[in-house]
Amino acid sequence: MTPVRRFLTFRDFDWGLLGLLLLMSTVSLLEVHSTTVHTRFANFESKQLFWIGAGVLIMLIFSKIDYHRLLDWAPWAYGFGLLALAAIYTPLGHNALGGRRWIKLGPILFQPSELVKLVLMLMVARYFANLGGRNLTWRDIFKAFALVGVPMLLVLKQPDMGTMLTYSPILIAGLFLGGISLRQGAILVTCGLALIVGVWSSGKLLKPYQKARLTSFINPDEDPKGKGYQVKQSLIAVGSGGIWGKGTEKGTQTQGYFLPIPYTDFIFAAFSEEHGFVGAIFVLLLYFFILMRLIQNAQTAADLPGSLIIMGIVAVLTFQIAVNVGMVIGFMPVTGIPLPLMSYGGSSVLFTFLALGVAMNVRMRRFVN
Amino acid sequence: MYSDKAVRGEKISGIKLAVVQYGILIMMLALAAGLWRLQVLGAANFKLLAEQNRIRKVPMLAPRGKLFDRENRLIVDNYPSVSCFLVREQGHNVDADLPMIAHGLNLDLDQLRATIKHYKAAPGYQPIPIKDEITPDEQAFIEAHRNELPELETIDQERRLYPRDGFAAHLIGYVGEVSEDMLNDPRYAAYEPGDVVGKAGVEQTYDQLLRGQDGSRDVIVDSHGREVGILGTQHSIPGQDLRLTIDNDLQRAAELALGDRNGAIVAMDPRNGEILAMVSRPSFDPNAFAVKIDRSEWNKLITDPDHPLMNKAIQAQLAPGSTFKILMSVAGLQEGIAQNLKVVCNGGWGPYGFFHHCDEHHGPVDIHNAIPYSCDTYYYQLGDKLGIDRIAQYAKEFGYGQKTGIDLPGEQAGLMPSAQWLMKTYHHRWYPDETLDVSIGQGAVEATPIQLARIIAGIASGGHMVRPHSVFPDELPDDFRRALEDTYPGTGKVDIPIDPENWQIITDGMAQVTQPGQYHTAGGEHLEGIDFAGKTGTAQVMSHQALDKTAKGKVTRPNVWFVGITPRRNPEVVVAVLYQNGDKSWFSARIGARVISAYVEKQRRLAHNLQPLKAATPAAPVEVGAVWTRPEDTAQYAATGQTARIHAGRFFIDPAKDAGPEHSATLPAVSQIGLALPARRIDVP
Repeated sequence: MTPVRRFLTFRDFDWGLLGLLLLMSTVSLLEVHSTTVHTRFANFESKQLFWIGAGVLIMLIFSKIDYHRLLDWAPWAYGFGLLALAAIYTPLGHNALGGRRWIKLGPILFQPSELVKLVLMLMVARYFANLGGRNLTWRDIFKAFALVGVPMLLVLKQPDMGTMLTYSPILIAGLFLGGISLRQGAILVTCGLALIVGVWSSGKLLKPYQKARLTSFINPDEDPKGKGYQVKQSLIAVGSGGIWGKGTEKGTQTQGYFLPIPYTDFIFAAFSEEHGFVGAIFVLLLYFFILMRLIQNAQTAADLPGSLIIMGIVAVLTFQIAVNVGMVIGFMPVTGIPLPLMSYGGSSVLFTFLALGVAMNVRMRRFVN
Repeated sequence: MYSDKAVRGEKISGIKLAVVQYGILIMMLALAAGLWRLQVLGAANFKLLAEQNRIRKVPMLAPRGKLFDRENRLIVDNYPSVSCFLVREQGHNVDADLPMIAHGLNLDLDQLRATIKHYKAAPGYQPIPIKDEITPDEQAFIEAHRNELPELETIDQERRLYPRDGFAAHLIGYVGEVSEDMLNDPRYAAYEPGDVVGKAGVEQTYDQLLRGQDGSRDVIVDSHGREVGILGTQHSIPGQDLRLTIDNDLQRAAELALGDRNGAIVAMDPRNGEILAMVSRPSFDPNAFAVKIDRSEWNKLITDPDHPLMNKAIQAQLAPGSTFKILMSVAGLQEGIAQNLKVVCNGGWGPYGFFHHCDEHHGPVDIHNAIPYSCDTYYYQLGDKLGIDRIAQYAKEFGYGQKTGIDLPGEQAGLMPSAQWLMKTYHHRWYPDETLDVSIGQGAVEATPIQLARIIAGIASGGHMVRPHSVFPDELPDDFRRALEDTYPGTGKVDIPIDPENWQIITDGMAQVTQPGQYHTAGGEHLEGIDFAGKTGTAQVMSHQALDKTAKGKVTRPNVWFVGITPRRNPEVVVAVLYQNGDKSWFSARIGARVISAYVEKQRRLAHNLQPLKAATPAAPVEVGAVWTRPEDTAQYAATGQTARIHAGRFFIDPAKDAGPEHSATLPAVSQIGLALPARRIDVP
């Protein structure tokens, strides 16, 4: 049976979603400008604009490539991704910011862990789609764990715990939507907790600074000048913003360097300081609309792998938003996970737009077949 | 192709997607609740924390008011200096940096720790002064370690520059860091640790006016403590300049006249109480106090048996000796006894079984020659006739045993014994024989130079008694002037009626003292063409028994006094001289004569509009203080055309070029301003 193919046009493109993304990007550009204009990082917003432009272009390109084709390529990409992660430990690797996370190819710095994230979403979607929605056996579950676990361990070794953790929602979403039973879920959660306790108390697997980061958010005053400093300064930034904020370029915490890296990980704190509760809620609403729109797309997708791809993206974005904003307001430990669509950084921007391009692709083909 | 394998129609169940949607909604609500908690409920608190984070108060010290002499010539100036402060609240472990700071600033580590501990209770924003007068090297150290030691802060401030050689040091006083005792005193409530406060002399009395009000700059700092902007400036209010009543020329003359001799000189205008000169010896260098004084230097000052820090002009309480006879004469004349008292001096008198000696056999003596002779025999008998009660009453009325109320801290009251006093203190009755000692200013009588100047000049002015003061009262704010009289209580300004005939007898007698004549106690000290009157005094330092014990040494020599006035009628100036262990009373009279002649010469010079003599050769730059200054300032001064120049870390003024107000140190010597000193050389031992 040859499927009837409908001619694909950009009429099916999700213009509403793109509008939300561009609005979000504008907010990001303004805040990157505000946090860097008086520093040696001035003009970062034009770099960010370049990345956003490139991201939108990539999004358009990927929206044209049939996601089924991407799923076909996924195993190759997966293999390449593992090699790239391994290549970090060869002379091609590049050290920066307390970790070996980059590969340097000529002038381009490239973070393979971001690419691997997308590949993992495709692989997980492919894996669970192949299972066809039947009840999972333990064997299926262990295979899924192995699929995600190998790159996770490679990233953890960099060490980049933040990125490693962003891989986990892909797995969790896959398991949840792919048909795990309640009983299996309960057993896994129990094992997971036991594993966390084990890793924590082993004293070897986590570096001391990682541990300190993980606990300092609970009581930042205990060591206000040490690990708790970032958390405390972030809380002061957010809190002192009040309802209406201090205004662009007027955030004292942001402009006075009290806030750590205010244009990347702590950009939400900077934004909240300068635009207040009203601005912060506005950004959260934007995220909410974007996520709801994506879930709607997942619902209308033509087939199971399409839905799973979109839900993988939703899972990653939700996780990043929850962890980053949670960190900024003191609910979560400091993990170094950027805020998607807000934080400055080429890899993050490109990954987000690329992933959303795939989501667009799924939507555009919702009437196909 | 993968799509071929896809099973159509298989979809994620709507329930699972709904679960995800609600999950996201709950997460968003949780985040929104967190934002509400911080930004709405906690906003006030976090705003405060943000302010504390970034705003730092940098003090701007007010320049202290300068001191001028009565002719507006500069006496005490300020000079710029750099101090280093330590600012806490830096997100920085200060304790760990202390060894490095101590090394870089050449401080003792333990002392630095003690300083910081001392400020532990002070509010965190308050900077801790850790070193004054830092050198260029130390300043370079601070600049070079801005990033490692963000807590170090330098402040340019003005410091006191006093005349050298202790010129008028006791009257001017000195400043120092406010002490802990002072901070606990409610009168110093407005002071904070580290503040500079006047600790003696005019600096102490007029501290409130001189200090001005410190300002501050609220600077915005970043997390490294670097200034990124200024939020607001509270300008400091400079201290008020004060014009002292002293006359630099007369002060100079008095300083030179007393030389290195222990003692004191007070010159005062008896018409209004203005102090024209005040000298105390030995002196000290107040510049040593302008910066933190060395402990060893301080110990040397306070253990010196000659008490260099003591202002003897108002604090030395000693037997006035024969100068007391002026008071005796007033009492005798006013009571109508002295006019008719004629005695024959046969070297003493002893009606109560104990013979009281007189220095000479004066023969017949009456009130007219009793003063120039300073005849003890006459005053023994006068005292005996008056009785202790009447003597004590007169003495008290004129101010013996009471403070004059001069506007300087630490004035002593002296002592005037009476029968009542003796009973109260020693619980025995007054014997008439004791009155004889009191009559010649011995016994228990004690007076200060300022008291004698006020009393004797007051009597010579017909009973017009004044309150001595070192600053013009009408140049002070009203409330300050009123408070001043309460702070420094004393006999003050009073008019005691004396029959003109009586005080004229006394001043005529005093004029004879300095005229040549047999038995005249200061007959050799007459000043040609000057109506110069006075009274000498000699007083045993110790009792005869104590003398026997110590036997030798200069301490056994008596203190000598002289109180001189000019002119005889309506005197314009009174000079009281105390020369400790000076032995012969004409020595003190010579010192007084030099000051009197300097005064008169200056008045005559002014009256004839004469210019002071210029030094024949241009004077070399005069060092006016041991001041640390940066060598590069030399260029700066040269650029601004100022003539103050810096050599080898010391501060100089070039009198040849300095067109500004004459600095005391640049004053020509007494001989250069055309004073006609007595033809014969004064060789005071």
